[in-house]
Amino acid sequence: MIGSTGREQTAAPRRGVNDVALGIVGVVGEILITLGVLLALFVVWQLWWTDVQAGREQEQIVAQLDWAGPPSQDQTVAELRTGTPPALEEPTTDGGTIALLTVPRWDGQDSVTVRQGVDRPTILDTGSGGHYPGTAMPGAVGNFAVAGHRTTYGKPFNRIAELEPGDAIVVRTPEIWFVYRVTEHRIVLPQQVEVVAAVPGDPAALPDRARITLTACHPMFSARERYIVHGELEGWLPVADGVPAALTEGA
Amino acid sequence: MMYGALWRALPGAAWAKILVLTILAAVLVVIAFGWLFPLVAGHMPFNEQTVEQASTGLPRRT
Repeated sequence: MIGSTGREQTAAPRRGVNDVALGIVGVVGEILITLGVLLALFVVWQLWWTDVQAGREQEQIVAQLDWAGPPSQDQTVAELRTGTPPALEEPTTDGGTIALLTVPRWDGQDSVTVRQGVDRPTILDTGSGGHYPGTAMPGAVGNFAVAGHRTTYGKPFNRIAELEPGDAIVVRTPEIWFVYRVTEHRIVLPQQVEVVAAVPGDPAALPDRARITLTACHPMFSARERYIVHGELEGWLPVADGVPAALTEGA
Repeated sequence: MMYGALWRALPGAAWAKILVLTILAAVLVVIAFGWLFPLVAGHMPFNEQTVEQASTGLPRRT
């Protein structure tokens, strides 16, 4: 009897300590499970929902453009001009749509709206390309530099790595088509801002021709490097004349 | 433990508890998708695709 009561007296507090320990482990476990579920939800949001949202925002942005109607099939193909195109003025405020960028090799993909500025929440995360402020406008001598998401947020530059030298990059502004040809691609570090210089790679040089530069992240889903595509202006033509032949090159 | 306590704290039948918890989970997902995740993603480096240089500010980093 004495022995059994003694055992009960010592066992009771130990069971209490065990309960507390079990309780702590249980709560920690539930917190970890909750965090795991949140992380999984974040991945779903990042990989899927940002595309859905950017798609909606792009629809609105395109709907607000009064100059970019749906492409009609019967538009005549017109010859490119190679003289100096009319100069376009760079917007002083961010956000406005300055061009539609079409890459025939990205067959099946909508034109990318290019808006002024490279702010992430307001420009790039809406699925638009962002025009680096201070770089040349389309067609101008210098470097028309555009940043865009390669993954998520509508991923406008998802297929940037498919571009090969000679491929067309067609830029439509309200009045003018500009046709650029890809010259090269580079993979650089995020700090190498010279790729968007007026003469890519040589910030001190004065530009002698009209170029285009696209920047996106590299490798995909990483920020370690940037994938850069350079191109040069082949020619331009007024929208009133027709459409450039390059637009129908296809993949 | 926490979820067990939550389950016991909710009044009503089991189906009512499940209903309430489902609505609660949906609200939490909406909050996460609408506000929490965009906030977190803004600080995630893997979402950057511009070249930039902090010292000159050109191209501008906003």
